[in-house]
Amino acid sequence: MNILSLLVLIPLLTIAGILFLKDTQKTRLVSAIGMGIQLIVAAVLVFMYLSERKAGNTDEMLFVRSYEWFKSLNIYYTVGVDGISVAMIALTSIVVIAGIFASWQVENLTREFFISLILLSSGVFGFFISLDLFTMFLFYEVAVIPMYLLIGIWGSGPKEYSAMKLTLMLMGGSALLLVGILGIYFNSAPGGGELSFNILEISKIQIPIEAQRFFFPLTFVGFGVLGALFPFHTWSPDGHASAPTAVSMLHAGVLMKLGGYGAFRVAMFLMPEAADEMAWIFIILTSVSVVYGAFGAIVQKDLKYINAYSSVSHCGLVLFAILMMNKTAMTGAILQMISHGLMTALFFALIGMIYGRTHTRLIHEMGGLMKVIPFLGVVYVIAGLASLGLPGLSGFVAEMTIFFGAFEHTDPFHRIATLVAVSSIVITAVYILRVVGTLLLGPIKNDHFNHLEDATWFERISTITLVVAVAAIGVAPYWLSTMIGDSMLPIVNKLLTANPF
Amino acid sequence: MSLQIFSLMRHELLLIAVLLLILVAEIFWDPARKKNIRIFAVILFGIITLLGFLPVPEGSLFGEMYIVTPVRLMMKNILNIGVLIVLLQSITWLGKEKNSDKISEYFILLLSTLTGMSYMISSGHFLMLYLGLELATIPLAALAAFDRYSNNSAEAGIKLILSSALSSGILLYGLSMIYGTVGNLYFTEVAGLFTGSNLALLGFIFFFTGMAFKISIVPFHLWTADVYEGAPVNVTSYLSVISKGAALFIFIIVLFSVFPAISVVWQKMIYVLSILTMTIGNLFAIRQQNLKRFLAFSSISQAGYILLGVIGGNELGMASVVYYLLVYIFSNLGAFGVAIAISNASGKENIDDYNGLYKTNPGLSLIMMLALFSLAGIPPVAGFFGKFFLFTAAAEQGFFILVLIAILNTIISLYYYLLVIKAMFINKSENPIPPLKSDFPTRLALTLCVGGIVIVGFASIIFEYIRNMSFGV
Repeated sequence: MNILSLLVLIPLLTIAGILFLKDTQKTRLVSAIGMGIQLIVAAVLVFMYLSERKAGNTDEMLFVRSYEWFKSLNIYYTVGVDGISVAMIALTSIVVIAGIFASWQVENLTREFFISLILLSSGVFGFFISLDLFTMFLFYEVAVIPMYLLIGIWGSGPKEYSAMKLTLMLMGGSALLLVGILGIYFNSAPGGGELSFNILEISKIQIPIEAQRFFFPLTFVGFGVLGALFPFHTWSPDGHASAPTAVSMLHAGVLMKLGGYGAFRVAMFLMPEAADEMAWIFIILTSVSVVYGAFGAIVQKDLKYINAYSSVSHCGLVLFAILMMNKTAMTGAILQMISHGLMTALFFALIGMIYGRTHTRLIHEMGGLMKVIPFLGVVYVIAGLASLGLPGLSGFVAEMTIFFGAFEHTDPFHRIATLVAVSSIVITAVYILRVVGTLLLGPIKNDHFNHLEDATWFERISTITLVVAVAAIGVAPYWLSTMIGDSMLPIVNKLLTANPF
Repeated sequence: MSLQIFSLMRHELLLIAVLLLILVAEIFWDPARKKNIRIFAVILFGIITLLGFLPVPEGSLFGEMYIVTPVRLMMKNILNIGVLIVLLQSITWLGKEKNSDKISEYFILLLSTLTGMSYMISSGHFLMLYLGLELATIPLAALAAFDRYSNNSAEAGIKLILSSALSSGILLYGLSMIYGTVGNLYFTEVAGLFTGSNLALLGFIFFFTGMAFKISIVPFHLWTADVYEGAPVNVTSYLSVISKGAALFIFIIVLFSVFPAISVVWQKMIYVLSILTMTIGNLFAIRQQNLKRFLAFSSISQAGYILLGVIGGNELGMASVVYYLLVYIFSNLGAFGVAIAISNASGKENIDDYNGLYKTNPGLSLIMMLALFSLAGIPPVAGFFGKFFLFTAAAEQGFFILVLIAILNTIISLYYYLLVIKAMFINKSENPIPPLKSDFPTRLALTLCVGGIVIVGFASIIFEYIRNMSFGV
């Protein structure tokens, strides 16, 4: 059994295990154990990957396995990883285990909740290991659909509206994506020969430019919808605000990364010429995302909305960096995905915990929480500092790399776009510090808040895991950025042949 | 010779044998235990379904009027599987007091329509096709009016027979024009001699229209919703799956093997009609409150998707249509199966009545969810694979815009399927449908459907088997 297929199998086995349980307590335990094993497997994978690379294995993808599926259409179940997917898998497993602990107190239909959550995570893992476009698309949709039930049943506020909006918009994105994938497939053998869904094989040929011009925007926007590309981001604030804690964590932390990951691994990697031609359109859109999201966060009063808009801004930065098409910026994009994934998961976890105590998410109704729940307060500050890019935490490393990469372009258009995007750092600082000030400092506004209890053991596990990861990347980004950067080379080389700027 | 006839024509001959056996049983069976005819008939039909899978040589009978190829056999087998599920689902309903005096009528009517469909699928001559079509249609009207004391049901029967008569007339008129230009009605002869003259094209369009009525393609769909709503649920499920499937099968055979010369013409027609069918079917489905009407419109839009497999005129298209219908049978019958189980127990048929169903009947709700996801084309269930192959077939011929429109339509359909799922899982209800215990046949039918929905997609061997058949396109 390939270690990569284990990543899909373990969640499925966990689900099967939960199906046999009636007891809420045991359900939680089994979920935690299953996802704990998953975390260990992911860690083992990281070490295996690093030792393979150390041993001098320079293949583009490692641990590749291919099983025949629909032979007549050349559909295979093909898995394999490079440094980027390994990093994403590690991120996912951390966020998932944190999410499990953050939803320890789900009372209503507990079994169903954990089943949906773990099903979603198996889709995400499957997506990151797939090298076959069909399999990849399949996992992508498996990751999206459980969201409807997760938000619709366990959400809060206008949950039915948000769930429907989110599902339909994301499926709309996947509609564009499917056409894009079919387009790539039918142009994957321009000189005659076997059509293919395999990303590595398609990357070796050049898709005719006319086809690229039609299918690149479809594919990029298709993934962009999930990556909160302006103006297709509107599902994100509503969806995140209504979702239960763990779902917000997974969704902002991991699922939105599917968009960024797919955008460069499929859209840019396979259709570099069109990407080069059309990048300017999307650079404008992503710059708008970055700034618009940040401004949007300033005016919000609800903690979750603030964070959702901030996610739009940060994920916009990911797509922005990808479109810069050089190694530095694209490495930064991946770092930003990981950093944002951890940080935003931490944010949403904290918001869930605070809401569980104060029963409000409106910032002006709270105040002085640092005095009563110091642990959660301190962690919230750490998350905020990571988000606004304080050196020593992960956000700084990622954003710095991105803007360095973006400044390698010397033409005015890229310069201006970069300057616009850089301005988001300031705006981010405004909303983060404002929230920290109102929420945590100052007098306690409500007597009821005096009796709040600080984090329980499972909440501590959940948050500490994430804080450690955020700090680790911030302090020692070298191994991660090397791992990513090396794997980025084939992609960047292919892009450079299209655009030797 | 006679043995060969039997082996080639065994689907039809066995069906007729079962029909006669049921008739005899109706006469001689002890009146007090008439209800056992249901079990008897279903077991007999199960046996024929199995016998249908025996391998058979290719061949033709009656001077090529009746043709047997592996594909056509496969189509008949797919229909048989569907009918078996329908019959299993009908057992509870037939056991009710009001139906006790017409149990064998149900089987006789239903199986004679199936005989007609089998003949239709095997036809190699337009008259044979027409005969099969009529045999498949007229008893259906009687079935639709099966609840004879219900006005709706009687209305459904009349509507069905009138619209069928009209469409058959149009079809026959078209055939007469084709005969006028070609001088022959054998498929092979017409394919060779078809000229594309104005009269011949007119004849083709009339034929196309007649078939479009049967498949209920927009704008020839208006009879569908009323008939589906009025007819008893079991008959509705039969109409929406089996009857439609059979018409689609012969439609695609004729288009691909008789009229490839004018594929430019029918590709344009299908392009427009499939967009209309999907879009209008979907938009109307959104507004429906009655689950039967809802599924009626959803099945109209499904026909629109299936046309995407037809439009390319390629082998992949044919394979994907056959495969999709197999998937569609399981998915739609799964959804209907739940509706039937609930309608039998509580008489409720509105979507609102399903509020809070998950709390009381988790099993049924989950099956319904699987079936609806499969109809919407959500992975990892079979519907996704079916739709994917349909779209691939259209994309192979370069119809990317059409594929995009179709996929956007699946989003609309996802919306209303989610409305039902929302009712079952999210909405709360004052008086939900009480927990109900379904009997063995219903359970068996639902298990078959769920098995189909889950397995047919993942098990690539089924698609590959269909794909590797020679279609003679």
